[in-house]
Amino acid sequence: MTEIFGIPVQAFMGQLLIGLINGSFYALLSLGLAVIFGLLNIINFTHGAQYMMGAFCAYLLLNKTGIGYWPALLIAPVIVGATGVLVERTMLKRLYNLDHLYGLLLTFGLALIIQGLFRNEYGTSGQPYAMPQALSGGHNLGFMFLPNYRAWVIAASLVVCLATWFIIERTKLGSYLRAATENPALVQAFGINVPRMITLTYGFGVALAALAGVMAGPIYQVSPQMGADLIIVVFAVVVIGGMGSIMGSIVTGFGLGIVEGLTKVFYPEASNTVIFVIMAVVLLFKPAGLFGKER
Amino acid sequence: MFAIRKLTAAAVALALAATAAQAQVSDGVVKIGVLNDMSSLYADIGGPGSVIAARMAVEDFGAAKKGMKVEIVSADHQNKPDVGSQIARQWIDVDKVDVIIDVPNSGVALAVSQVVRDKGKAFLNTGAASSDLTGKACSPNTIHWLYDTWMLAHGTGSAVVKTGGKSWFFITADYAFGHALERDTAEVVTHSGGKVLGAVRAPLNTQDFSSFLLQAQSSKAQVIGLANAGGDTINSIKQAAEFGIVKGGQSLAGLLVFLSDVHGLGLDKAQGLVFTETWYWDMNDASRAWAKRYAAANGGKYPTMDHAGVYSAVLHYLKAVEAAKTDDGTKVIAKMKEMPTDDPLFGKGRVRQDGRKIHPAYLFEVKKPSESKYPYDYYKLRATIPADQAFRPEKDGGCSLVK
Amino acid sequence: MNAHRVAFAIMVAALLVAPLIVYPVFLMKVMCFALFATAFNLLIGFGGLLSFGHAMFLGTAGYASAHAAKVWGFAPEFAILFGTVCAAALGLVSGLLAIRRQGIYFAMITLALAQMIFFFYLQAPFTHGEDGIQAVPRGTLFALVDLNNIWAMYAVVLLVFLGGFLLIYRTIHSPFGQVLKAIRENEPRAISLGYDTARYKLQAYVLSATLAGLAGATKAIVFQLASLTDAHWSMSGEVVLMTLLGGLGTIFGPAVGALVIVSMENYLAQLGAWVTITQGIIFVICVLAFRRGIVGELARVLRKPL
Repeated sequence: MTEIFGIPVQAFMGQLLIGLINGSFYALLSLGLAVIFGLLNIINFTHGAQYMMGAFCAYLLLNKTGIGYWPALLIAPVIVGATGVLVERTMLKRLYNLDHLYGLLLTFGLALIIQGLFRNEYGTSGQPYAMPQALSGGHNLGFMFLPNYRAWVIAASLVVCLATWFIIERTKLGSYLRAATENPALVQAFGINVPRMITLTYGFGVALAALAGVMAGPIYQVSPQMGADLIIVVFAVVVIGGMGSIMGSIVTGFGLGIVEGLTKVFYPEASNTVIFVIMAVVLLFKPAGLFGKER
Repeated sequence: MFAIRKLTAAAVALALAATAAQAQVSDGVVKIGVLNDMSSLYADIGGPGSVIAARMAVEDFGAAKKGMKVEIVSADHQNKPDVGSQIARQWIDVDKVDVIIDVPNSGVALAVSQVVRDKGKAFLNTGAASSDLTGKACSPNTIHWLYDTWMLAHGTGSAVVKTGGKSWFFITADYAFGHALERDTAEVVTHSGGKVLGAVRAPLNTQDFSSFLLQAQSSKAQVIGLANAGGDTINSIKQAAEFGIVKGGQSLAGLLVFLSDVHGLGLDKAQGLVFTETWYWDMNDASRAWAKRYAAANGGKYPTMDHAGVYSAVLHYLKAVEAAKTDDGTKVIAKMKEMPTDDPLFGKGRVRQDGRKIHPAYLFEVKKPSESKYPYDYYKLRATIPADQAFRPEKDGGCSLVK
Repeated sequence: MNAHRVAFAIMVAALLVAPLIVYPVFLMKVMCFALFATAFNLLIGFGGLLSFGHAMFLGTAGYASAHAAKVWGFAPEFAILFGTVCAAALGLVSGLLAIRRQGIYFAMITLALAQMIFFFYLQAPFTHGEDGIQAVPRGTLFALVDLNNIWAMYAVVLLVFLGGFLLIYRTIHSPFGQVLKAIRENEPRAISLGYDTARYKLQAYVLSATLAGLAGATKAIVFQLASLTDAHWSMSGEVVLMTLLGGLGTIFGPAVGALVIVSMENYLAQLGAWVTITQGIIFVICVLAFRRGIVGELARVLRKPL
């Protein structure tokens, strides 16, 4: 049995894999947050609750209507995204000319409401969500056992992240979005419906969170608290990556997941704090984040 | 005018006579507080079901017929020692609660035991596991009713070691209970000639055990001891299946498992699990009858041993209050130790000086799905451990009450 | 200011009479949180700095004071002092790191630091993790007054609260406080006037941390327990809620907010998750329609600053 730095290969690769999976969720979630902050200047504290709603949506779809995992991957984000649009239209709109901090406080309050409602209904223990048949089981790769579903999570999130990045950075629609962030009045003067774009962007960010939630269901159990502690870590990821940078969030998300996984191998007690330590260090030397631009 | 005054005087006299019957009971009411986890990972083990069990005990004791007024209140301690101790304090100071019962979660139990001791009330713990409650943290106001980590360790631990599980790796819930269970089981394992290869601490209410399970897997231990309970145990076992741990040749030892956990897992995942409990609904006619009554009041869910413990403890408590003619906590606890216990569920037993109640323990194995013939038919009995061997010897606990 | 004197007199009178009617332990909890919120408000209401990590001061002071009282056998006055000093030290270190950044970045870095502290306490053996430090002795104050007596304890908490409150009041109405307000309104201009704004902000931050610590240290002795709840980020959220509800930037607001929130948690505890939901609703309503908070609105009606 070969060893890397004194740890058996199997353990090392296993923790790395788990780190990569966590990283996929960090990337997906921080992507949604970065999109929303980059384009709307809102810190969406509700993101964790919206992630949880995505998972519950999939759970309810399965248990109440028999709709399984694959359709849920599409339906749940749409439903939760729609709630996001509603929130933006009714509440967030009014805060754009105020201090950013009010947006933070509002979304924090919304997160409390949503989490409380679900906790009221379901308690804090997780509900089981069955893994889709096609992805269950795994392959023994020799140096480790790779469950199929976890491999799928990594692949799917990479695809979604890169697709989002592409849309925003390389397409016309994306350029409208980016322009609207810089100078909404001017872009509106060109005839582009900026408020509608902002609303849909928020909805899209929320939908990304919900998608992450659906994918999390089979692995992490569907529980009302699942987003609460995760959201803080995701904030750290976004801050490290650079708060408006799309590519920054993706790279940092996966990267930090790996760093966390490695920490679990060599020094498990620190695995919770390592991301925050990195964030503190980054904020000291490069406050706009690794990939961000000072605004 | 005069007649009304006479009537009033008579009424007052009657009222006084009635209260004289419960002269020593504080404010004429025996108030029972059921404090447990109502919404989180231990909610199915005790939860609202414990309130039902307590009510059944009050009914069966015949409190109404004996003229004893008994009230039951309940609260959720959310698995937080600060919440639990504040509720206990307020219950005692403001709501005049006389006895607190259940309290799963050893951290909360230790905090509540301290508050109850400071205020001279009674604490009947059925839900928590830490053997410290009758050891170094023992108190003249606390009785540990149902089970403890020593019993679990010696029951399950030695049974598993005997069947060949010599090397162990623990996944431990990171608080008082988990640490106590890991410590007591590790002691048994090493005494029986086995070896503990390592342990990893997981926070309470962990949803994702994958990284801990991976560490257990790479330790190559024959047995992975799950020093956790409730939702944590369910998640560990489910996720272990995902990582092919049992298929890879290691076996899982659930050190604390309740009927509700088996029900939550389903027999296909839980089959073959071996663990120790002190009560199961299907063991004798009296228990079966009680369980059916309970299920009718609880929406068809069958009672766990915690519910049975609450019933048994409340019954004995009320008998002691009647005999001692007071609900002063310290005096009633002393009476409960004096009187031998006898109830339909646990049969005859007694409470020791250190506050430990003694009864036999049973080693159960979960049936295969094919072996289960009716709802909640989950366990088969593997062995019975007699009462005098099931619990830690009184002198070994380090309890200051033991002379 | 007359209005302030009247309001202060009302507050003191209420606190003197209330324990005869309401459970004193509950009132002591309210006072500890009122001090915590008032200290927090110093930073956000007058300094314009939203700290989302103030729980780290409450928790640190609580653990320090509990450990000192229980394990080292400190008398309560020294345990509380020790806890407060620890919080102040943490305030200095975290302040040096956080003050360099503004607005959202400041809030995020305080949140991150608080999380680091939380996870440290989760692991550190002396805190006993989930179980907390239990059975903390109340002790004898100045070797004379037995704090197990509920009235003695109440008197101590009352004095601590009023002392802290007055200190914050004096700070706000001092030249230092004026400069702080100037920095909040327009930092570049304050710099151009020659003020070392970083130093002022740091001082405000450390003062806020110290008094939050005082609240935490006292609370640990009153409840004879120090637990993770005090260091968790949801506690940071709660103090924001109390201050927002009471009125950001008002003197009496945070105390009022603390009273409402603690009462709500106490009396609605049976409703379980509804407490969280209600807190969320209060947040939303306050941000959308009630930004001045209870005392802020009252002040507007009375046309006097409160």
